[in-house]
Amino acid sequence: MAQRPEKLILTPSQTAGPYVHIGLAPEACGIEDAPVATLGREIAGPGAKGERITVTGRVVDGGDLPLRDCLIETWQADASGIYSGHAGADPEVGGFGRIAADFGTGEFSFETIKPGAVSLGADRAVPPHISFWIFARGINHGLHTRMYFPEDDLSGDPLLGRIEHRDRIATMVAEATGPGEYRFEIRLQGPGETVFFDI
Amino acid sequence: MTGRLIPREAGIHPPAFTPTYKTSVLRSPQRALISFDSSPSEETGPTFGHVKLGALDNDLLLNYARPGASAIGERIIVHGRLLDENGRPIPGALIEIWQANAGGRYRHKKDGYLAALDPDFGGCGRTITGEDGSYAFRTVKPGAYPWPNGPNEWRPAHIHFSIFGHSFGQRLISQMYFEGDPLIARCPIAQTIPDKAALDRLIAGLDMSETKPMDAIAYRFDIVLRGHRQTLFENRPEGM
Ligand SMILES: [Fe+3]
Repeated sequence: MAQRPEKLILTPSQTAGPYVHIGLAPEACGIEDAPVATLGREIAGPGAKGERITVTGRVVDGGDLPLRDCLIETWQADASGIYSGHAGADPEVGGFGRIAADFGTGEFSFETIKPGAVSLGADRAVPPHISFWIFARGINHGLHTRMYFPEDDLSGDPLLGRIEHRDRIATMVAEATGPGEYRFEIRLQGPGETVFFDI
Repeated sequence: MTGRLIPREAGIHPPAFTPTYKTSVLRSPQRALISFDSSPSEETGPTFGHVKLGALDNDLLLNYARPGASAIGERIIVHGRLLDENGRPIPGALIEIWQANAGGRYRHKKDGYLAALDPDFGGCGRTITGEDGSYAFRTVKPGAYPWPNGPNEWRPAHIHFSIFGHSFGQRLISQMYFEGDPLIARCPIAQTIPDKAALDRLIAGLDMSETKPMDAIAYRFDIVLRGHRQTLFENRPEGM
C-alpha cells in the first residue's frame, strides 16, 4: 500500500432536526427560563461604525414553501472589512448572528451594519458580503452561501469569477427594498436555486 | 486567521438528497456545490471566550432542576476531545448540545410525543473546550422516540451536538449515538452517512475509566473537525 499522511476521519454531519431551537434558540420555541441564553442576537452593537441595515428573507424549499423551522447563522466583517478578533477590528462588531425563522411565516430578519470589502492582499478584495449557514430538519449538512449587495460592483470578485453559469450569481445578491433595507430569498432547490459552496 | 482550510474529503458527510429520510427530498440542492480555496470569510470565525458560562451550563442533571431536585433517568457523563483532522486539539471552542429527556420527549412546543415532560430537565447545555480540546457534560441518557418518517420509525437514543472550531468553515452540527443501540442500523437519519467507518465516529463508546462508581456511567465521544493546511518551509508571518 502506498504511504499516506495520517489523517483522522472527520466527524460526519447530521441534520439539526426539528427541535434545534431548544439547544440554539430557546426563546424561539417558548422556553422562557432557558438554562442557557441564546448567542448571536447582536451582530453589531449600537456604537458600531458603518451603515445600519436590516436584512429580511425566507428560505424556500423545492415545493415553494418557506422553511418555518430553520435556523440561520451569519458571519461578517466590520465596516472596514476586518473580521472580529483581528488587528484593527471594530470592537462593537461581533459579526456573528443566529436567527430563527418565524414559526408562522418562515420569515427571518436581522439588523447589522453593512460590512466592508474584505482584502485578499495584493490589490485583490472580495466585495462586501455576509456569509450564511443554513440548517434545519431535512438538511443533512449545513448549507453555506453568501449574500452580496445590489449596489456593489461584483465583477472583480475572485470567487464569483469561478462560477461558470453566470446567471446563478444573481441568487446571491440581495434586493434593495428601501433605505438600508434588503431582502434575501434563499431557494434550496429547483428554478433559481441559490448557489451553495463547499469551501 | 488560521490558514487555508483542507478541502472536505468526499463520502464522509451525508449527501443532501437521501430519499429514505423523506424531509431531505425537497430540502436538498440539486446543483453541484461550488468549490474554491477558502478566504478570510471562512478562515475566521466567531469566538465565544467572552461568553460567561454559568456554572451548570454543562450539567443537564441540574441546570433546569428545581432546588434540591435532579433530572430523572440514567445518569451519564459524555466527554471527549475536540480535534482537527491533523490530530491537533482545538481549545477554547464552543460546544452546545440538546436532547430529549429519558422518556424521549423534548421540551419544545412542537414535540407532542406522549412521553411525559420531566419538570427537572431542560435538555440543553454548552461548554468551552479546555487547552487540550477536552470537554464534558453530565446529563441523562435520552430515550428513543418515534417520528413520522415511516409508519413505525424510531430514532435511536441521541444527543444533538453543535460545534464551532476556530473558523466559520469548520462549523459542524451532528448527533451522537450510543454504543450497542440496535436502532442505529434501522435509522434513516443515521444511515444517510454513506461510510460505515464515518458513522462509527458518531457512536460514543462506554468508558469505564471515567465512569463514577455509584453515580454515573461515562461515554466517550471525540469530535474531529476539518483542519488547516500546514505548509512546509513556512516563512510568512501569522495571519498573512
Ligand atoms: Fe433528536
